[in-house]
Amino acid sequence: MATTTIDKTPARHRTAPGPARHGRVHSPYPYWFYLPAAVIYGLLFIIPTITAFYFSLTRWTIFDSKFIGFDNYVTFFSEPALVSGLTHTLIYAVVTSGAKVVLGMLLALLLTSRIVGRGFLRSVVFFPVLVSTIGVGLTFTVLMNPDQGLINDALGLIGIDGPAWLTDPRYALLSVALVDIWKGVGLATVIYIAGIVSIPSEYFEAAKVDGAGAWDNFRRIILPLARPATVTVILLSLIGGLRSFDLIWAMTRGGPGFTSDVIASVIYKQYQAGFYGLSTAGNVVLFLVVTAIVFPLSRFLNRKEAEL
Amino acid sequence: MRFRPLILLAATTLALSACSAGSLGSSDDEGGGKVALSFLVDNSEDGVRIGEQLAKDFTAANPDITVNVETRPQGGEGDNLIKTRLSTGDMTDVFQYNSGSLFQALSPQKNLVALDDQPWVGKLDDNFKITVSTGGKTYGAPWSGFIAGAIMYNRAVYARLNLQVPKTWSDFMANNAKIKAAGVVPVIQTYQDTWTSQLFVLGDFHNVTAAEPDFPEKYTKNQAKYATSTAAIKGFQHLQEVHDAGYLNKDFASAKFDDGLKKLAKGEGAHYPMLSSAISTIVANFPDQAKDIGLFAIPSDDAASNGLTVWSPAGVYIPTSTQGAKLDAAKKFLSFIAGPAGCASAGTASTPVGPYAVKGCELPADVTQVAKDTQPYLDREGGSSLALEFLSPIKGPALEQITVEVGSGIRKAADGAALYDKDVQKQAQQLGLEGW
Repeated sequence: MATTTIDKTPARHRTAPGPARHGRVHSPYPYWFYLPAAVIYGLLFIIPTITAFYFSLTRWTIFDSKFIGFDNYVTFFSEPALVSGLTHTLIYAVVTSGAKVVLGMLLALLLTSRIVGRGFLRSVVFFPVLVSTIGVGLTFTVLMNPDQGLINDALGLIGIDGPAWLTDPRYALLSVALVDIWKGVGLATVIYIAGIVSIPSEYFEAAKVDGAGAWDNFRRIILPLARPATVTVILLSLIGGLRSFDLIWAMTRGGPGFTSDVIASVIYKQYQAGFYGLSTAGNVVLFLVVTAIVFPLSRFLNRKEAEL
Repeated sequence: MRFRPLILLAATTLALSACSAGSLGSSDDEGGGKVALSFLVDNSEDGVRIGEQLAKDFTAANPDITVNVETRPQGGEGDNLIKTRLSTGDMTDVFQYNSGSLFQALSPQKNLVALDDQPWVGKLDDNFKITVSTGGKTYGAPWSGFIAGAIMYNRAVYARLNLQVPKTWSDFMANNAKIKAAGVVPVIQTYQDTWTSQLFVLGDFHNVTAAEPDFPEKYTKNQAKYATSTAAIKGFQHLQEVHDAGYLNKDFASAKFDDGLKKLAKGEGAHYPMLSSAISTIVANFPDQAKDIGLFAIPSDDAASNGLTVWSPAGVYIPTSTQGAKLDAAKKFLSFIAGPAGCASAGTASTPVGPYAVKGCELPADVTQVAKDTQPYLDREGGSSLALEFLSPIKGPALEQITVEVGSGIRKAADGAALYDKDVQKQAQQLGLEGW
């Protein structure tokens, strides 16, 4: 330890007279200024990423690893749970993302109108976003219990025989998505509120002069001018939906059986079983899938925005 | 001149670290050779009770050594935690963990201390010894006694409906029909705790080996499969049959292990396929009803060869990271656990249900009905076998999810068995076995 400290100090002497390079680079800082950030970036991001790609090509038991080429990827793609996991992930992402766009927009319209206690209502809608996901998951698991849960008790009072939310394979995934929407819609609403509030009031005044009604205001002014907000909400919630794990794990653990497994929970189960190489390969796949969906989508949405 | 503070700093750091290393070493010997051992056990009610009792009784006999019990999750999460702590050298001084295939997955040669020099190793029951040994060396002391994977049943319900203990599957289903007609749930299942769903498959193993004696060996060599063996696929079929016949409790998908024990003890349900160690929780929570609970082996096609599947006790191990005075203390603790005093200590904490794995340990006289029902199977030649996970190193990690699907009617038995074979293949490849 002592030797490194001494070594470093003369190094500072060498790099300090930097003006020789000044003419070539327009950066206002000498290179050594970037060094701390570069070291942290390399150590914590680049090296782990490269080793992850390497270990995804091995059979890895933590105790030792053996290079096996692309076998992990072959196994992962022949994993029966993976195909259903992929479909579930897409369903989950599209359902939650779509619902957050629609509900977020409606709530934002309500909360930018002149209603009583607007500030209070705005914070109430945002509150679920602040609560821990695991806490929300465990609470709803109790509430959604088919026989003793509050939700079905309440439905029973008005004569509806509620479904087995989390234990019926037909509803399990959608029940979790429902909770996800409740928890995440606050963020979408806040983004939309910001988008709507920033629309200059001249447009509405001009529309009023032209005799436009409420629907025209919404259709012709708010919807197109809040487009950046829509793009942000879609991208954020879609990425969130594709890599969602914590809520699903807290509520169903992918069950019953494999009926609410998403890619992330399939990967986690491989890790739990000690298939470290296989689960690392799964993470590489997840990374590629998210990139393949989100990158073109973001290009597409942003291009449309430029044309507008 | 400018470097002096740095050098001073470096020098002080060195001095400090030297100092702390020294004090760390001396803390072990502090107070005239007192040693504190940390002991990791699973967080089941039973596990914690036994762990605490062993620690207490051991310290009473050896006042110089204290044992601090720590807990870990059960199931896959616990497996993961143990493997991670072992590989990072961060394991407790002594820990409890499964024997058999899960023990094999820990790379014992590298991570555990071999105990062949200990006198008690020679007294171990051979059936237990092979499940904590690998490469000719033994690594574990037995945690409590043998247990059975079978059907626990309510004898009061059986007496009221005048039923006989079934040996064949058709007798069992006939009983179920009568039980259902009497308004009692025939078969209790608790799929919210997914591990409880595996008993119809794993507990049927004696009946599999009775029909196909070479199944374990062929299975390990990738020559026998659940989906294609007529005997082995029965477990999955049974699971589907009890669901399809409507014999399960209505809340099977959301019920938990504790709910299942309650239903069985109160006579709301007649049968619960379970590990016999569950009786100690019934004794603790429903002391009046515990005498009503008995046990029979999972019924098979052939009444003559019907028998019980037996689980070897878990082991208590010392990781290689335990050294010096702690290692000596840990070895003392293990020899206590593997001796008559340890058996008695575990027995006071948790009702014993099967014989102990050490010669010289006797069951107490007032055993439960479950233990009484277990004994005849063990006494009879060919009446019991060890479970597959003790005869083969391979157990697929997704079995519990697959059995939940088959048992809930989401997936057919044949499909479930085939899916499990794929799961087994992954595990075998991970272990680097020949022929996969």
